[in-house]
Amino acid sequence: MAFDMYLVIFLIFGALCIAGALNLLLQRHPINSALSLIVVMTSLAVLYLLLGAEFLAAAQVIVYSGAIMVLFTFVIMLLNAGEEERTRGSRAAYLVGFPGVAALLGLLTYIFLSVRMPLGNAQLGGGTLVTTSDLSRVLFRDLLLPFEVTSILILVAILGAVALARKEES
Amino acid sequence: MVVPIAYYLVLSAILFSIGVAAFLIKRNIITVFMSIELMLNAVNLTFVAFAHQWHQVSGQIFVFFVMVVAAAEAAVGLAIIIAIFRARNTLNVDQVNLMKL
Repeated sequence: MAFDMYLVIFLIFGALCIAGALNLLLQRHPINSALSLIVVMTSLAVLYLLLGAEFLAAAQVIVYSGAIMVLFTFVIMLLNAGEEERTRGSRAAYLVGFPGVAALLGLLTYIFLSVRMPLGNAQLGGGTLVTTSDLSRVLFRDLLLPFEVTSILILVAILGAVALARKEES
Repeated sequence: MVVPIAYYLVLSAILFSIGVAAFLIKRNIITVFMSIELMLNAVNLTFVAFAHQWHQVSGQIFVFFVMVVAAAEAAVGLAIIIAIFRARNTLNVDQVNLMKL
């Protein structure tokens, strides 16, 4: 097939991901960064769907672009965060951090592209879709205890957030 | 109708590197926190890609737990940011360098 639709969709949303991430990096106002992060997360949901993870695509939109980013925008507006002032960052970040990041990216890209053939291809359809019932069968049968433990974790996090953000009684 | 899994992994590596760079460059504590979320998302993409490759559900279960923990972490982290702002009236990480006021 000359015109590969799957590859085109992957390239569009992959480019959208990278553009959103770069916009997060370059924008100076936190609210612009938050909105571009929503673009990244929603395009990632599309990529999850392409990889046959339908439940995670829905959860990505609801939990990440919905709940977490609303929390972020809420806090940005609550604290009235303005444009960040440009200060000179730490010397260690410039001397070690950025060469380290560039080396990491180059190394990972080189390794992934050199084992491109053994890694194989992602296919659309053909029984590759992991349905919600497949996922829940593992989650509620084999991993029931970790699932319940995470609910306790969330309860503790709620209590901690309330205790931390509460105004001190003076 | 195929895309090499390696492309997904490279995309995830790019997103992770942008997240690390934003973590180093950004001076606003909320944006620093957002770049951590970006790194978590990049790692999630790797998990889903490998789960697809091996036809395993456990990779997606991992992503599910990462999402749950990230939600809890965002709630606590933002509460800490609010507490820091109350105590110091600034969001600049350069000015938050003392443990005691």
